[in-house]
Parts: sequence; C-alpha cells; structure tokens
Amino acid sequence: MIRRAKGTLLAVAGLVVLALSVGVAVTLGPADVSLVNVRDILLNHLGLAQIPVRAAEDAIVWQERLPRALVAAACGTGLGLCGVILQSLLRNPLADPFVLGVSSGASTGAVLVGVLGVGGGAIGLSGGAFVGALLAFGFVLLLTRYSASGTAGVILAGVASTQLFSALTSLVVFAFADSDETRGVMFWLLGSLEGMRWDDVGLSVSVVAVGVLVCLTAARSLDAFAFGEDVAASLGVNVARIRLFLLVVTALLTATLVSIAGAIGFVGLVLPHAARLLLGQRHSRVIPATVVLGAVFMVWVDAGSRVVFAPTPLPVGVGTALVGVPVFMLLLLRRRARA
Amino acid sequence: MTLNADRVSWRRGGRLVVDGVSLHPRPGSTVGLLGPNGSGKSSLLRLLQGVASPDSGAVTLDGADLAGLRRREVARAVATVTQQAETEADMLVADVVRLGRTPHRSIFGGDSAEDARAIAGALEHVGLTAKADHLWHTLSGGERQRAHIARALAQEPRELLLDEPTNHLDIRHQIELLTLVHELPVTTIVALHDLNLAVTFCDDVLVLREGRAVAAGSPHEVLTAELIADVYGVRARLIRDPVTDRSHVLFEPSFR
Repeated sequence: MIRRAKGTLLAVAGLVVLALSVGVAVTLGPADVSLVNVRDILLNHLGLAQIPVRAAEDAIVWQERLPRALVAAACGTGLGLCGVILQSLLRNPLADPFVLGVSSGASTGAVLVGVLGVGGGAIGLSGGAFVGALLAFGFVLLLTRYSASGTAGVILAGVASTQLFSALTSLVVFAFADSDETRGVMFWLLGSLEGMRWDDVGLSVSVVAVGVLVCLTAARSLDAFAFGEDVAASLGVNVARIRLFLLVVTALLTATLVSIAGAIGFVGLVLPHAARLLLGQRHSRVIPATVVLGAVFMVWVDAGSRVVFAPTPLPVGVGTALVGVPVFMLLLLRRRARA
Repeated sequence: MTLNADRVSWRRGGRLVVDGVSLHPRPGSTVGLLGPNGSGKSSLLRLLQGVASPDSGAVTLDGADLAGLRRREVARAVATVTQQAETEADMLVADVVRLGRTPHRSIFGGDSAEDARAIAGALEHVGLTAKADHLWHTLSGGERQRAHIARALAQEPRELLLDEPTNHLDIRHQIELLTLVHELPVTTIVALHDLNLAVTFCDDVLVLREGRAVAAGSPHEVLTAELIADVYGVRARLIRDPVTDRSHVLFEPSFR
C-alpha cells in the first residue's frame, strides 16, 4: 500500500515538473516573455480569465512556443516509450525506436515527396514520411516472417531495412536534389521542431497517450521477457502475439512522431536506461518513469536548442545527442562503480 | 490426471525429431528423459510445455488438449526450467522469482499477499531466502539454477519440466539440485545426460533414440549394458553398490 502511494506521488510529482518545465520553456527565446504573462495568456486561452496581454506576446507563446513545447514533450514520451519496449522485447540494450528501420523509411518517403514530387502535392512531407516509415516496417515484418524467426531475426531485418532505405534516400538526394532541398531534408532528418502547429500537437499527443496506455497493459508480459522468449512462454505469455502487437504499436508510434518532427535520436536509447537505474526493472514502474523523463528532457533540450545559437535554431536531434551522450556515459560509469 | 503425451510426433525442418512418443508420468514421481544429443529430449519437453504443437498425437493436461488451452492456463499447471537462461537486466533474485507469479496475475493488479507468500515459500524451498535482495549476476551458477527452480515453484505448478538443469554445475551442485527436485511435491520430468544421476534420482526413465522411445521403466531395469551400447554407442558395465544396493554405470574407454 505504502509502495503504491509512493508510486502515485512520484507520478504526480513528475507531471508537475513536466507542467512547470513547459511553462518555463515557453518564456525562453529571442523575445523574453515573463512567467506571469505566460500564465495570463494560458488562462485567457483556456477561457478562465480575460486579462489584457500584448498581441505579439500572445502570438509568440500560443502560436509558436507552446505547440512546439508540447510536441517536444510528446516526442520525448513516445520515443522513450518505444525505446523501453524494444529494448526489453528484443533483449538488446542498444535497441532504440529506429532499430526497425522506421526512420530510414520515413526519410525515403520524405525525399520522394520533397525532392521528386511523388504524390503530386497530395501528400506533404509528413505524409510521405509516414507512408515510407510503414513501408520500411512492413519490409521488416516480411523479412522476419520468411527468415529465421525470433528476436535475432527482427534485429537483422531491421538492419537490412535501415541500410536499404538509407541507400534509397542517399540515391535520391545525390541524383536529384539541389543544395536547398538537400539542406531542408537534412535538417528534417536530424529532427526538427520548427513550425509546430496545434494540429501537430493534437495528433502527436493523442497518439502518444494511446500508446502509453496500451503499452502499460503489456508491462507484465514485458517483465517476463527478461530471460528470453522460452522463459516468457513458460510463464504463460503468448510470445508470438505480444511481440507482433508491440512491434506494430511501436512502429505506428515512431512513424507518427518521425513524420511530424523527424528522427530525433538518443531519447529512445538513453532515457530507458536512466529510468531503469532510478527505479529498477519492473515495467509497471519503468514505463511511467521513462515517459515522464522523456517528456521533460525533450522540452528542455528543445528550449536549449532554440536559445543557445539564437537566432539560428539548432536541429533538436543534435541537441539530444550532445546532451544524451554525456548522460549515457555517466550512467555507464555509475553502473560500473556500483557493480 | 496429469500431463500426458500420447503418441506425439513432431517434424522440425523436415526431420522427425519426436516420433510417436508416449509418456504417462505417475503423479508426484520424477521421470528422467535419457538419450544422446539430438535424440529428441528437448523437443519432447517443448511439446510437453505446449510452446510447440505436435504434428500428430496429443499432449493433454487433465485430459484437455494442450493446443486448445490458453498459455496462461498451461503456465499455472506446468513450469519449465531450461539450461542456463540468462538476463542482461540488473534484477534482484526476488524479482526473478516474482516472474513466476506472471500467470497468476491480472493486467494491472499489484502484488497480492498470495504472491508474497508464494515468492517467500519458493525462496525458502531452494535455500535462497538470504539472497533475495542480491543482484542476479552476483549469484553463482548453482544459485542461479536454484533461483530458476524457485521461479518455477512460485508458479505453483503441478508439473515441473527441466531440460538438463545440471549442465555446467559442479558435482556438489548437481547433487544438491537434483535432491531438491526429487523432494519437490510435484511431478517432475527431467532431461539428463548423466546416467548415474538418473539412476540415483529418477523413479522412472524414458530412453529416446532418434526421436523414438526405445525403453521405459525403472532405471534399474531399463539401464543395461546392451541398451547403453545400443543407444549411446559406448561400452558400459553395471555394478551394484553393496552399500546402497543401487546400480552404477561404469564406462569403458574405447582405447585402441
């Protein structure tokens, strides 16, 4: 009972930290907006107050920074979640959301639309990326189906998919893109939260929320994978079904997020490890912890990447790597000291 | 009524790895599966576990075909310990044993008093209570196998399947482990390489060769020099220990 109360307390504390992070992050930027003004703007838009604010500040906060911070939070949540699931399911501490080749597929889809004009403008860059991501994942599933099954098969199929679609992307960029297009695609490939709008927020937040709930129902089964699929099966887990189910969920989640914000690296790789070090191995704890850590982490890294080289924005994926790698190294050293 | 196999056959990669084998263990007994590498011991255990389905014949649990039961239902009655299942995760011994409660829990329910009791009991049974809060990778090989047995006991099974559980263990740990297994109040089916361990700890044995059952019964009756020569291709003599009156298998080297 005490343990459960403590868990609830931690979860509430995490959400409060996340809300405060978003609140503070939107004050940061080339045009400083005070925290009080941010509060007033939010209250106005939520219909809780009618406080006079400057139209310019209102536009900056409500139309630019807030949607951006919320998409950042959704991306951190979703990518962290996919990282946890895939690391446990595939029993590989190096697995991340992109291990299935989804991001490479997305980039291929994006360059086909952006550079070659496939789809004739009917689908945008994001639509192309989403379709490409699903195609790459379909390729992985097919390859797994008709090759050696099991965990190793999935990872190898993911490697093949990643290489294939990366090569296709490079081919299109090399053969057909001019330098402007190349730069645009590169920026997007590294992960970028430029120009997020409220419909991006709606899509990413709702997809991620559903993903978190669905994955929490699989927490027990994921615990059982610790000693491999045979042990999981002997513990009553329907291995083939749960694996397919979780692979599809993580692929859809990753495809959605990549199509909105590009392939933001390191969040999905590093944060699950941090969550495990803090809270142990049980997925009923690790999943919520990763989700909150991921959201807070991304909000701050995004704020930093907007501010540090202002007015030139840094692709947020560069920021996550620059922060994520040292954090990862610290975790490794701590692990060694403890063992 | 327990776990039975009725003339099960299983074709794997074009090869018949289990060929018409039947197994009807007496409740509470310890049954040894013997036979050389590739004789189908592990394959038969996979069929008995229900993680693979036979091409013909049936494995039944209390008379119901395993193929028609949910994994969870099977796991509440049948637990398995394989050789050397390992993990990369930093798990506590108690967490490993807790995994055994998986088939007994609902999706969101927390640990019940029932779970806590089963986990404590299982740890006690294998003598690892003092190590409950130790990290998995600090355990020795023998302790890890005992922890796996505790994990299986936490499942509260009626049947325990063990696939060469003594591999890689030193002689003391082999004997400790099999003594523990022998004394468990469950029906145990254990694949073994060591014939003398089989003679010492098994009530019955089933000898397999190329997927087929070639002999079954009490180890003293089944294990003869002829059978060992026939199945394993080695010359052996059986002698009776005058102290315990148990058979012992002595192998003769084939020096030339």
